[in-house]
Amino acid sequence: MNEVEIADLRRLTEVIREKYNYDFSNYAMSSFRRRIQRVLELYKFSSVDALLKRLQDEPRFVKEFVSEVTVNVTEMFRDPSFWRELRDHVLPNILLNTQSISIWHAGCSSGEEVFSMAILLREMGILNKCKIIATDLDADIIQRAKSGVYPLKNMELNQKNYVRFQGQASLDKYYREEQGKVLMDKSLIEHVSFREHNLVSGAAFSKFDLVLCRNVMIYFNQTLQNNVLKLFHESLFKYGYLVVGSKESLIWCEIANKFIVVNNEEKIYKKVKD
Amino acid sequence: MSKFNLHNQYKAIVIGGSAGSFQVINKILNGLPSDFDLPVIMCLHRLKHVRHGFVEALNIKSSITIEEPSDKDGIKKGKIYLAPSNYHLCIELGNAFSLSTEEMVNNSRPSIDITLETASYVYKNKLIGILLSGANRDGALGMKRIKDRGGLTIVQDPSECMIDTMPAAAMKVTHIDHVLSAQQILELLLELHKKIKI
Repeated sequence: MNEVEIADLRRLTEVIREKYNYDFSNYAMSSFRRRIQRVLELYKFSSVDALLKRLQDEPRFVKEFVSEVTVNVTEMFRDPSFWRELRDHVLPNILLNTQSISIWHAGCSSGEEVFSMAILLREMGILNKCKIIATDLDADIIQRAKSGVYPLKNMELNQKNYVRFQGQASLDKYYREEQGKVLMDKSLIEHVSFREHNLVSGAAFSKFDLVLCRNVMIYFNQTLQNNVLKLFHESLFKYGYLVVGSKESLIWCEIANKFIVVNNEEKIYKKVKD
Repeated sequence: MSKFNLHNQYKAIVIGGSAGSFQVINKILNGLPSDFDLPVIMCLHRLKHVRHGFVEALNIKSSITIEEPSDKDGIKKGKIYLAPSNYHLCIELGNAFSLSTEEMVNNSRPSIDITLETASYVYKNKLIGILLSGANRDGALGMKRIKDRGGLTIVQDPSECMIDTMPAAAMKVTHIDHVLSAQQILELLLELHKKIKI
């Protein structure tokens, strides 16, 4: 097997940046390297050069490449204790100050977290009061999220998470099965706006009460994490909430002093300074 | 007296374990001196939905406090780390961890292969890999990577393992430098400790 070296990664990121305007140069080396290795195996490229050639010769291939390189493994109600905290404390707190909550799912992937959020909000009876925007850099995965179709085999884990979240009903109330797939109740996301947005290069486009970006920045190096956190700071109303993954932290970053920790266990932060 | 003929250039130790490895890990952690100088990075198969309890249980017997690293945490000398539940634990250049929620590997997240492979890429021949008792083949390819890049490979003696699938799989795919009992693994680490302190 051909080993992907750091120099190969540099050549790749340069070509993709210059030709297609996707910048992977600040992705974390260890996972990016493995993703490239994976693309080589998946498409049976004999070398990084063969992959480079395909990327240069066939502009359409870059979309597929981006889909494969980015990680799209996610669950509904991952970390059920976080979703409980959101329902029992964070959202009620936001509702003290505003009638309509604006929420940004940054890096929404195939949409499992968007559906989790919509189910939670409907069970709280406030789904109609919420404005949700879900973004990802990958247009194909956004289509998948919008379609709300998931493999049936994923539902066992999702159901277990939902039970641990202590939802009001049973998760199967929100979907129906068809030929080994589940079709989510689309009315859950009828007011969700899905957009293409790249955290690496995208600017702030609105202000939010709550930004969720869980297990997305783990694929970035600290330089990029810093930039993205500034973007989130800019995108939050004062006293708005930012949530990252359970093993991510803000304490080291440049703008850490503009946030306070609301819940360290679930990595919920609140913007306290502009 | 030098039983294992170790050099003193090693930078890190990675340990993989699964079913039947808990007591072995406890024995090793309990026997390490509190001033043991190398980082020890452990990837042990564990329940995906239980975030708490495991590191606390290991800490009871350990002379050095064990931590579950957060993403991009620095890797420090004299610390012991445990891969958190439902994340792969990777080693970055520049002595830091990174976490990943990628697909399961060998039905596992954390996967031992991923921790071992990324560690060997960063530490090359300055890495010691130890694979303990376990019921699947996770870790075998990672051990091969360590060997291919010049590191030292150690497995727990299959005859001593509660379940020997894991070390046996590693022995099939690569050369293992030492096949040792839990007690001997500890002795090797203590010998290494003395070498480094001199």
